[in-house]
Amino acid sequence: MIMNSNESHAVTCRTVRKHFGEGENRTEVLRGVDFHARLGEMTFLVGPSGCGKTTLISVIAGLLEPSDGEVDVLGRAHGSLRGKDRVEFRRRELGFVFQQYNLLPSLTAAENAAVPLIADGVKRSDAVKRASALLDRLGIGGKASSYPRFLSGGQQQRVALARALVHEPRLVICDEPTAALDHETGESVMQLLSSAAVAPQRAVLVVTHDNRVFHHAHRIAHMNDGIITQITSPS
Amino acid sequence: MNFIALRMLMADKAKYFGLVFAFAFSTFLLQNQVSIFCGIMKRTGSQVRDVSDAEIWVMDPHTEYFEQTKALKDTDLFRVRGVEGVDYAVRLFKGNPTAKTTAGKFASTFTLGLDDATLVGAPRNMLLGSWESLREANSIVIDRAGYDLLYPGEPLELGRVLELNDHKARIVGISDAAAPFVSFPVIHARYSEAVLFQGRERKMLSYVLVRPRAGIDAVALARRIEKETGLKARTTAEFAWDCVVYYLKNTGIPVNFGITIAVALIVGLAVSGQTFYMFTVENLRQFGALKAIGVTNMRLVGMVLLQALVGGAIGYALGTSMAAVFFNATLNQLATRGIVLMWEAVVGVAVLMALVAAAVSLLSVRKVLVLEPASVFR
Repeated sequence: MIMNSNESHAVTCRTVRKHFGEGENRTEVLRGVDFHARLGEMTFLVGPSGCGKTTLISVIAGLLEPSDGEVDVLGRAHGSLRGKDRVEFRRRELGFVFQQYNLLPSLTAAENAAVPLIADGVKRSDAVKRASALLDRLGIGGKASSYPRFLSGGQQQRVALARALVHEPRLVICDEPTAALDHETGESVMQLLSSAAVAPQRAVLVVTHDNRVFHHAHRIAHMNDGIITQITSPS
Repeated sequence: MNFIALRMLMADKAKYFGLVFAFAFSTFLLQNQVSIFCGIMKRTGSQVRDVSDAEIWVMDPHTEYFEQTKALKDTDLFRVRGVEGVDYAVRLFKGNPTAKTTAGKFASTFTLGLDDATLVGAPRNMLLGSWESLREANSIVIDRAGYDLLYPGEPLELGRVLELNDHKARIVGISDAAAPFVSFPVIHARYSEAVLFQGRERKMLSYVLVRPRAGIDAVALARRIEKETGLKARTTAEFAWDCVVYYLKNTGIPVNFGITIAVALIVGLAVSGQTFYMFTVENLRQFGALKAIGVTNMRLVGMVLLQALVGGAIGYALGTSMAAVFFNATLNQLATRGIVLMWEAVVGVAVLMALVAAAVSLLSVRKVLVLEPASVFR
């Protein structure tokens, strides 16, 4: 196992490059990203559309291969993980919150939240029980048996949050978690995320455009044209 | 993950029912057409199989199927009897005299003349009367379907008189003879009278029916009879199959049924394949989310296969039930009697539908495998 040199970092990117296509069609999306997210913190990744934020979190999540550079996540170099090991690492150590929630419409809220546990081999009834308890903590225990189509956007995002946290991952990656929500609901979702996901040995990485929720961040990485241009802390 | 796969499958009702009904109608058509085809083909040899008293049929060397007969010499009967291993050999006449009722209704018949002394060659299922009554003068036994053809709507009744080529014959029994390939009445009479119904010719002996002695293999004896007499000898099973082969080779029936069966298969494959592919494409985002969360490709392939197999299995069960109801409804109709849902068709179509389900899931599996999990972030 290749260990990260800095034990306090949840994510470390060293001169990470990523391009798509070849020849005339080649597009350089990440142009040498140096970045780290610390354990115990919520780090925001912000920047204009098309600057490479989504590509960067895809690389960090192990969903895309970098063209060049090194990525360490929770002390493991991505390069050292291949195939099944990488999928297993992602399943156990990472949690995801997507902009469009991506809940399965045929499953109830509790079943949706239980998916990572079921995928990891936990018995369905046990998994749903654990997920229901978490939904309770997130304030929508009463909706555990409801299908996504009967939930509001905010409620769906809370279910998505429960799905991202139910297996107690050490890194939660969120892609525009408040983009489809009104300000009040977005604020409440971010509060829940902050209180439920941030812990000493855990980290949260949030990609967002929504400057109304910047105050939840411990640090903000500003990205432009495929590189990190500035790291700030909200005052 | 299996329950997730099944919930996904059944959540989209329109596509789920589309998939199930594509499999169901394909199954129904295939089982229906295959069973009817086999039932009709089986009828070509039904008069051969009806004879349970003898195991070997001896005939002119050029005979290809039951209805094509060239009469043997009377002395051929004695030559066959002289072959080592023969327990008994008796004569059988087959002719097609026209039967006419007193009301004027008439039909061509299959008239079989049985050995006068033994009545060997008669099918043993009687609905009314007895075989022994055939020993009376000018008596015949007619099959149920033939009776209904000549006396439509009238109750089964013995003692009615039919005219067979100007010879009057009294019905002394109604049999449950197997349906012949063409819907002629099947009439059994004693040999000496049947030849009169047909009109006397120089040679009248159509077949010699042989039973081997105990412990003698019928196939081996048939070959020995051929070798020693120069006649053609076939066991009951061989001769019944010869009849099937003749009709397969010399009629358009296999082509017609073959086209229907092929269309059923192609339509089933195309409709179920397209429906399932659309179902998978529309659920790609869900598969992408599962992939991002950490569900392995193998598990996803398993989910897609399970969805196709369950859709196929439910459709197959529905189609088989429809076929069973159809054959149950037609089983007691005279025109379709003996044509049943064959277990071979049920098993064969099950295998075929499993292959179709696997085939329709292949394209969908590929779509899921090449799916970029990062796409869920877009």
